[in-house]
Amino acid sequence: MKNHEDHISSYTLNLKVLLILLILTTISILAVKMHLGTFTVTLALIIASVKVTVVLTYFMHLKFENLLLRLMVGGVFLLFAIVIVITFIDYYFR
Amino acid sequence: MNYSTPTAPLNYLNHKTGLWSWLSSTDHKRIGLLYLYSITVFFCAAAVLGLLMKIEKFAPGETIMTAQTYNGIFTIHGIIMIFIVVIPGLAAVFGNFFLPIMIGAKDVAFPKLNLFSWYVYITGACLGLYSQFAKGHVPDAGWTFYVPYSAEVNSNIVIALTAAFILGFASILTGLNFIVTMHRMRAPGMGWFRMPLFPWSLYATAWIQILATPIIGITLLMVIAERTLQIGFFNPALGGDPVLYQHLFWIYSHPAVYVMILPAMGVVSEIFPTFSQKPIFGYMPIVFSSLAIALVGYFVWGHHMFTSGMSYEARWFFSFLTFLVAIPSAIKVFNWLSTMYGGSVDLKPPLLYAISFIFLFTIGGFTGLTLGSLATNIQTHNTDFVVAHFHYIIFGGMGFGFFAGIHYWYPKIYGRMYSNRWANIAWVFVFTGFNVLYFPMFIIGLQGMPRRYFDYDPKFQTGQMISSIGAFILIIGLIGMISNLVYHRRRGAIAPANPWHGVTLEWQVPSPPPHENFDEVPVITHDPYVFDNPVIK
Amino acid sequence: MSTTEHSEYIDSETGKLGMWLFLFTELFLFGGLFIVYAVMRSKYSEDFHHAALELNAFIGATNTVVLLVSSMTVAMSLTAIQKNQSGKAVGLIFITLLLAGIFMVNKYFEWGHKIGLHLYPGSDVMKTLPHGEIMFFGLYFMMTGLHLLHVIIGGILLTIVMLRLRSGKINYEHYLLHENGALYWHLVDLIWIFLFPLLYLIT
Repeated sequence: MKNHEDHISSYTLNLKVLLILLILTTISILAVKMHLGTFTVTLALIIASVKVTVVLTYFMHLKFENLLLRLMVGGVFLLFAIVIVITFIDYYFR
Repeated sequence: MNYSTPTAPLNYLNHKTGLWSWLSSTDHKRIGLLYLYSITVFFCAAAVLGLLMKIEKFAPGETIMTAQTYNGIFTIHGIIMIFIVVIPGLAAVFGNFFLPIMIGAKDVAFPKLNLFSWYVYITGACLGLYSQFAKGHVPDAGWTFYVPYSAEVNSNIVIALTAAFILGFASILTGLNFIVTMHRMRAPGMGWFRMPLFPWSLYATAWIQILATPIIGITLLMVIAERTLQIGFFNPALGGDPVLYQHLFWIYSHPAVYVMILPAMGVVSEIFPTFSQKPIFGYMPIVFSSLAIALVGYFVWGHHMFTSGMSYEARWFFSFLTFLVAIPSAIKVFNWLSTMYGGSVDLKPPLLYAISFIFLFTIGGFTGLTLGSLATNIQTHNTDFVVAHFHYIIFGGMGFGFFAGIHYWYPKIYGRMYSNRWANIAWVFVFTGFNVLYFPMFIIGLQGMPRRYFDYDPKFQTGQMISSIGAFILIIGLIGMISNLVYHRRRGAIAPANPWHGVTLEWQVPSPPPHENFDEVPVITHDPYVFDNPVIK
Repeated sequence: MSTTEHSEYIDSETGKLGMWLFLFTELFLFGGLFIVYAVMRSKYSEDFHHAALELNAFIGATNTVVLLVSSMTVAMSLTAIQKNQSGKAVGLIFITLLLAGIFMVNKYFEWGHKIGLHLYPGSDVMKTLPHGEIMFFGLYFMMTGLHLLHVIIGGILLTIVMLRLRSGKINYEHYLLHENGALYWHLVDLIWIFLFPLLYLIT
């Protein structure tokens, strides 16, 4: 069924999103060269999380979807994070 | 009126005839029956395997089979029961048949995907069976496939792992279909909190199927990679950790037990109001406890691993969460019992099985606490105490829930009544046999009888013999129960639309239901358990 | 309410919800590997750092850019069909598929290079490496391998979308399959966004 309320992302919006993603990618690569030690990983993961959020929000249209779907996506990532944390209650304290 | 005459009303059974019309049907009711028949066949096969184990254990030493054979039998018994019977079981049979009807829909959201799921299921199930007949030794690593044994033993492990992977896929597709169905296909006026409790239980179950099953999928792939590529994740010689396998395995397999039990709880949540002729006590608590069980059930998996070498903090955490997850289940038990209180109780076979469910599930639940408690776990882990516990919960819980469901919905499915007397007599054998079979295992388990052992110290013989006798009584009961249902399929009294005076939507349509469930789209104006008037306006 | 019995098209909100649920399962499928990565990384951080030097960060970065651009082109193709510009939509999917092809070719050379050096699970060289490096390479091959499988599946899906765009079965009124195919492709991109720093940028 044609969904008349479907939001249409403009071509320019898509291009802008790509540019943001490319900039973030560049930052994470440059961060490696900056020899920040163990912080490099954390930074890389934070940047990756931002990129994932951008892709989810714009390319995958979550910004324009209903709240329920956004809650589901958030819940899924949260659940996964909790499972990893609990796994580390074993490994970290062994 | 005879349903096979030309003037019989059109329903989903006579809508189209012939084997191919069944194998190609996207009608959720027919798909539910396809699952029912396949699951029954596999259940019977696995039950016979269980009986063989019990015959072997009747006396110490080799009785009818070698130790190796015994290992192969308990492995395939577990694989069939867990992956082919109990995990799909209630959702695939009664969920498929009744979910759309109970929410006022014509079918599930994706009917073709539904049929496809059954074929995926059959493929996985047949592949699992093939592991028994393919060249090479039958798998003997238990349904739990613990490394390092499963990674190294020379038996048809890869076939079994692939079968489990495929079966997991079927489970995911069913869960996906049910979630979308409940979000998108409810009849006008049926808000979420006007949905009956069986659909709610399926909703909670479906989320677990979606979010937990993929983890076992990737874990099984890792074991296959271990066997074929020496990838090493679980192999200490290459830097891996075998306990990591256990973590990954149980991250799925613990939530999986809630996939097994939640629909059964949903079934009895339907039966108690109907056979007490009063609304369920505590509709909201039951809804939220189902969701709570699904959620908290994700965080307790380590209680299967207390003796595997986890950190103290992890053991403490998992034990604590395990005690927490028992609370919502207990809430439900109080609510079911309170539903009967003050009601007009009619002890027909569905209620008999539902009450047995409470009794057996409670025993299973309490013994789960013994296992979940760190100190006592050391004594009971890997003993027959565990085996008794999980059979009380899974068989006493999901199994009896399934029997309750089939006795409840049989008139609706087939338009016929079975014999109550026959059902009650069969129940006596089933219930007695069940307890004689499994209760002694608690005792010998506490006394030190290990699980999965084909031989034992003669001091356990009395308990083992009693248990084995119980198996025979149980099998007699099961044969009686199934034959009652099979016999009356075409010979039973014609069933009215509402033989039990239920108030949920399935009782407002004819028995058997028409092909598209409702002649007109129902409009819902009441909460689901109002007993002075039926739900359809 | 669904009107599927009168239409060959599934209601778009229903179909989209189904696709998202399927994406959740894919996230958890890869999630299991991420759990293994996290555990092994925390245990063998030195070895991981050392093993990652074997990887070619340039190819990794190129592949990252390739996938990001392909995500944009597939998103744009959806914009195009929503604006009833089916020719543009087909063209943009075609570019997406080309980019997918480039990704696969890069992967072929990357893996080929490692296999040529006998750096693969179970090899004679692998057995001589420190434990942490064995874990790293095992994870590298399994994670990128599973990801590659999904690139291929995504490519097949998008090819079907492209063919249906050309035949008109997907059009500006009915484009659920296009939307879902694009979502699947974005998932492929998402996973790589995490894989890239975890495998290539830990030097």
